[in-house]
Amino acid sequence: MSVAPATPPRTEPEVVLSARALRRDFGGFTAVNNVDLDVRHAHIHALIGPNGAGKTTVFNLLTKFLQPTSGTVTLLGEDITRTDPARVARMGLVRSFQISAVFPHLTVLDNVRVALQRPQGLATQFWRPLTSLNALNAKAAELLESVGLGADLATVAADLSYGRKRVLEIATTLALEPKVLLLDEPMAGMGQEDVAVIADLIREVARSRAVLMVEHNLSVVADLCDEVTVLQRGEILAAGDYATVSRNPQVREAYMGTEHD
Amino acid sequence: MTDLSDLSRPAAKPARVPRAGGAVAPAQLAVIVAGVGLLCIAPFLLYPVFLMKLLCFALFASAFNLLLGYTGLLSFGHAAFFGGAAYFTAHSVKVWGLPPELGVLVGVVGAAVLGLIMGAVAIRRQGIYFAMITLALSQMFFFFCLQAPFTHGEDGIQGVPRGHLLGFISLENSLNMYYFVLVMFVVGVFCGWRIVNSPFGNILKSIRENEARAISLGYSVQRYKLAAFVMSAALAGLAGSLKALVFQFATLTDVAWQMSGEVILMTLLGGIGTLLGPIIGGGLVVSLQNYLATSDVPVNILTGAIFMVCVLVFRRGIVGEIYASRIGRALGITHRH
Repeated sequence: MSVAPATPPRTEPEVVLSARALRRDFGGFTAVNNVDLDVRHAHIHALIGPNGAGKTTVFNLLTKFLQPTSGTVTLLGEDITRTDPARVARMGLVRSFQISAVFPHLTVLDNVRVALQRPQGLATQFWRPLTSLNALNAKAAELLESVGLGADLATVAADLSYGRKRVLEIATTLALEPKVLLLDEPMAGMGQEDVAVIADLIREVARSRAVLMVEHNLSVVADLCDEVTVLQRGEILAAGDYATVSRNPQVREAYMGTEHD
Repeated sequence: MTDLSDLSRPAAKPARVPRAGGAVAPAQLAVIVAGVGLLCIAPFLLYPVFLMKLLCFALFASAFNLLLGYTGLLSFGHAAFFGGAAYFTAHSVKVWGLPPELGVLVGVVGAAVLGLIMGAVAIRRQGIYFAMITLALSQMFFFFCLQAPFTHGEDGIQGVPRGHLLGFISLENSLNMYYFVLVMFVVGVFCGWRIVNSPFGNILKSIRENEARAISLGYSVQRYKLAAFVMSAALAGLAGSLKALVFQFATLTDVAWQMSGEVILMTLLGGIGTLLGPIIGGGLVVSLQNYLATSDVPVNILTGAIFMVCVLVFRRGIVGEIYASRIGRALGITHRH
């Protein structure tokens, strides 16, 4: 009975991760209060705010490394408020950490192989030799090639420069083919060149998945992000695109100061 | 993460699992072949019961190392698996009349079940709390063994028959018994080595390297730790079962907390996170105890002193230090770190 519309209706990109009325108390201190968040497919969403605003806590709540005191988190239409973090990761919500999260004593290739083991069903076999993991080498190498780490396959992760560790971390995350990527300050402590590399990588990655990132570098945010949410003292101060948010007088006063137009 | 699993880390780092493929270096292989060869002719040169004791403890230490060295979990309750398996085997062979191979199986399965129960409780905590919970649970098991009728309290289970292996090889013959223990020892150590150098072992390693990252990659780390705990308990049980058959008794000594401490000493002394370390460490401690048993030197003071020297001077343990030394590098068995 339905007639196909002449032009497909223009819809907002699908919301893949959302939080409603998220709250977390630590004893008497409310670190995060009444946070609503919608992260959309193929969008880069920035979470910004002064130190101690609760950005990392929000990350931990979304990825279930912390349990919210109240509120709900929904991933791809499924309520994950009480799901354990490893399962959340398996559902496609994968995070990075503020301090670069690589396996320092493994080689670059091995780092990615660890991520590939589970999706490829090679994680629990305690009776098979390690050489069975060589089946993952081609895929891991291809992935590393695509992020520009092709020449460093045999390098021990601890010996990589800081920027390259970050790249490796993102490559490892991508091995899981996540639907949503949460990056906690991916550019922190990086030189200009590395920032450009990571920014390109994030832009590339976000073409087919949602990215939520905590970031302090506002020029990066302005350049990269489709949507910005500003946190202050655990609550949302403003949300919208960068231009809107940066015009908000409260935001300018609280966080951005006057040096940014 | 500031916990006791860190204790294993600095020492174990340089002496980690060799190379990416998990292959054994030629020099290492030579040592293994020579060692097994030596063990094959050893009963003609040395007292077999002493050698069997040595093998049992070396296997026990290897099982313990699987947990401490490769998973970073310091259990202070491994005596429960070692001694528990000894009771299970002794009882099943003596009272139920099972053949020795089934008796050993009962011991191993019993230890694994015990490991599953203890592990499920302990694994929820980390570091010192983990160690304390395992200690508390093993003490509970100790008192169970003290009170339960089948263990005969202070007397233990005495006069356990060794029986006939597969129905026709008499284990009352100490050479037969020795080779049975040797085969089980090799199988047990191989199992431990295979577990460490397997896809599963690779995940264990990554969990020890960066647990939060492993979680964020979708690994339910608690399950991996529990699995490693159960495997370690089962192998410790194999060692305990064999010991019960060798000495033909099972007593409270094997479930007492001192035994849990002793296995830590053996593993540390030999080298955490190395294949050969715990074997050497176990052999050394047992030899020392045997040698000093007839002299006036108090064994405990001496082993205590050795423990201190080990922790202060060579934290990697004997084998770990060799690996890290110039000799190790020359032989190609240095470890990446």
